[in-house]
Amino acid sequence: MAISRRKFLNMLTIGSTACLALLSPITSWAAWASDAFNATSPDDAYKNLFGSTDTVDSDEVKLKVPKIAENGGAVPVSVKTDLKDVESITIFVKDNPQPLTATFQISAKTIPDISTRIRLAQTSTVTAVIKAGGKLYSKSQEVKVTIGGCGG
Amino acid sequence: MNRREFNKLLAAGTVAGIFPKTSLALSSKPVDYTVPNKGNARLLHITDCHAQLNPIYFREPNVNMGIHDAIGRIPHIVGKAFLKKNNILENSLESHAFTYLNFDSEAKDYGKVGGFAHLSTLIKSLRSAAGDKSNSLLLDGGDTWQGSATAYWTRGDDMVQAANLLGVDVMTGHWEFTYQDEEVFTNVDNFKGEFLAQNIKLTEDALFEGKRAHNEDTGHVFKPYSIKEMNGHRVAIIGQAFPYTPVANPKRFIPDWSFGIQNEDLQELVDTIKADESPDAIIVLSHNGMDVDLKLASVVTGIDFILGGHTHDGVPIPVTVKNSGGQTVVTNAGSNGKFVGVLDLNLEKGNVKSYDYKLLPVFSNFIKPDPEMSALIEKIRKPHLETLNEELTVTESLLYRRGNFNGTFDQLICDALRHELDAEISLSPGFRWGTTVLAGEPITFENVMDQTCITYPETYARNMFGKEIKSILEDVADNLFHPDPFYQQGGDMVRVGGMNYFCDPTAPSGQRISNMTLDNGKAVEPNKHYKVAGWAIVGSKAPGIPIWDVVANYLRGQKSINISKINSPKLINVANNPGIVL
Repeated sequence: MAISRRKFLNMLTIGSTACLALLSPITSWAAWASDAFNATSPDDAYKNLFGSTDTVDSDEVKLKVPKIAENGGAVPVSVKTDLKDVESITIFVKDNPQPLTATFQISAKTIPDISTRIRLAQTSTVTAVIKAGGKLYSKSQEVKVTIGGCGG
Repeated sequence: MNRREFNKLLAAGTVAGIFPKTSLALSSKPVDYTVPNKGNARLLHITDCHAQLNPIYFREPNVNMGIHDAIGRIPHIVGKAFLKKNNILENSLESHAFTYLNFDSEAKDYGKVGGFAHLSTLIKSLRSAAGDKSNSLLLDGGDTWQGSATAYWTRGDDMVQAANLLGVDVMTGHWEFTYQDEEVFTNVDNFKGEFLAQNIKLTEDALFEGKRAHNEDTGHVFKPYSIKEMNGHRVAIIGQAFPYTPVANPKRFIPDWSFGIQNEDLQELVDTIKADESPDAIIVLSHNGMDVDLKLASVVTGIDFILGGHTHDGVPIPVTVKNSGGQTVVTNAGSNGKFVGVLDLNLEKGNVKSYDYKLLPVFSNFIKPDPEMSALIEKIRKPHLETLNEELTVTESLLYRRGNFNGTFDQLICDALRHELDAEISLSPGFRWGTTVLAGEPITFENVMDQTCITYPETYARNMFGKEIKSILEDVADNLFHPDPFYQQGGDMVRVGGMNYFCDPTAPSGQRISNMTLDNGKAVEPNKHYKVAGWAIVGSKAPGIPIWDVVANYLRGQKSINISKINSPKLINVANNPGIVL
């Protein structure tokens, strides 16, 4: 039997309570990463989270984010990679008051492919950092937040 | 089309159905619009007609700058440099069609351009020259349902009727999406051709709520592509809508739809079409704008032609762009019904063997209007004629808009805003549509509507800090002059009244605007309030009356209009840019 996408999504909501329980261990980890989340410069956030600011710019990090945001308050972003031994995927918004926006711990045998929405205070570089095999790989893109209008 | 071919057109004899209504001032020869088919499939391309059912005047820009890599690159060449680049004679019919040179006097000689009844005759003739009906397609790049009073009053329906009668087979859109989403669907349903867009998807929330989609699995709101059988060959047409509609225009009318260039999706789609559909040619019908299309052609492989619009560039010679998979040919077909692109393809199995492209200017005086289309236009306009034909005042100046900075009609709108709303400074959007009024002619209410009619016409007057005004100017300048075309939106600079400034298009974002002063010479200070009037804000509905009423009220009180001062910026670092003649 074919299930339409809508039906499938509805089924997912019904299952969402169970998902929440699975996600709860992250909260204890977040407390540990609070220094990184509270950092006000990208370098401080990197140091707090990774202990280093050395990342290698890599096309292996597939970052998908709009070039011009349709709504700066909820910008869809997705990051995936074919890199092996991925430990985490982290998103930074350089010019946000607190640049570290989200970090996802990727357990073994999990496909490293995440999507979320982020908030941009203003036009900024968005960087995805993937920690894999103990090394940091990154990809950046400018995302413009504009007042809009005046297009012809 | 090259000069020789065009001259041949001029020299050739009259053809049935197409003959001059009046004689040419500079040539006694009638124009022959016969274009023999040079391939086995013919694509006709119109774009950005902006709902101009009747013939109009449209002046091409004298400022259309390319910055960074785009300096001097097509389409950023104007005037005599344009003529030289395209091998066009000065003072020729072609020169009048493609440039602003001697516009006022030549417009009087050559008459108006476009008009759906004239387009209809021309398109019928071009299609019949292609032989069997299946040998040709008529593609419309969009901006068809907006730009005239009747389109606004009928919510685009008059243009759907006209496009159906014209025989449009495929279209995509931009200003189409400035009606409410439900109205867009009604128009799409009434449209007899196919409405395509690979880059409009439902947002995840809307998908979840079960909002209308072409395909629930992919999220496409409209069909992304279509395969057309042409003379025994298979031609894939992909629709590419204007990528920044929810940014450049109000998102509130189309809250469930997400746009973007989506070049990765496009590449995937092209690869899938190649694998599954055995196409002999892949065409993208695009509303990206020329600079975006040129970059798109360099990063996406497997497309044979991108037939483009949005930036209103009349480009007589297509641009061939190399990419890692071969090459893609990019065109742009002007605006306002002024041109018809004729692309003859010589197709073989899985391949375009050769092609021939012409961009035909549509000089209405040399084409007999199609009676059926004339009757439809008359029927559409009849209930509104009295309003449309009201003569508000007369103009002593040529009134036009198109160009990177203030045109004379923009200045008139800015002057009206300041006068009627009692403001020190006025702002008006840098749209690229809006028709031209010749010096000495009356300004009708219809002329005002041609320049202003949008679905968010409300005006405002409020206090703004000097630094807020600067940040608006910087923001729009970045949309126009960003070094990467994928970050540009394809409009022109916001127009200003009562204020002057310097602009360095080559400077980084946020540093292009300086030396802002009021008309009285006083500096605009960052932390001081100024009363600013404007219209067309996209975020929310403004409180004031529609802009056309503001302008009409102003004009009714003027004995005549003479635009002596234009608040265009002083430009820095643009010496030797062939995209400017001042």
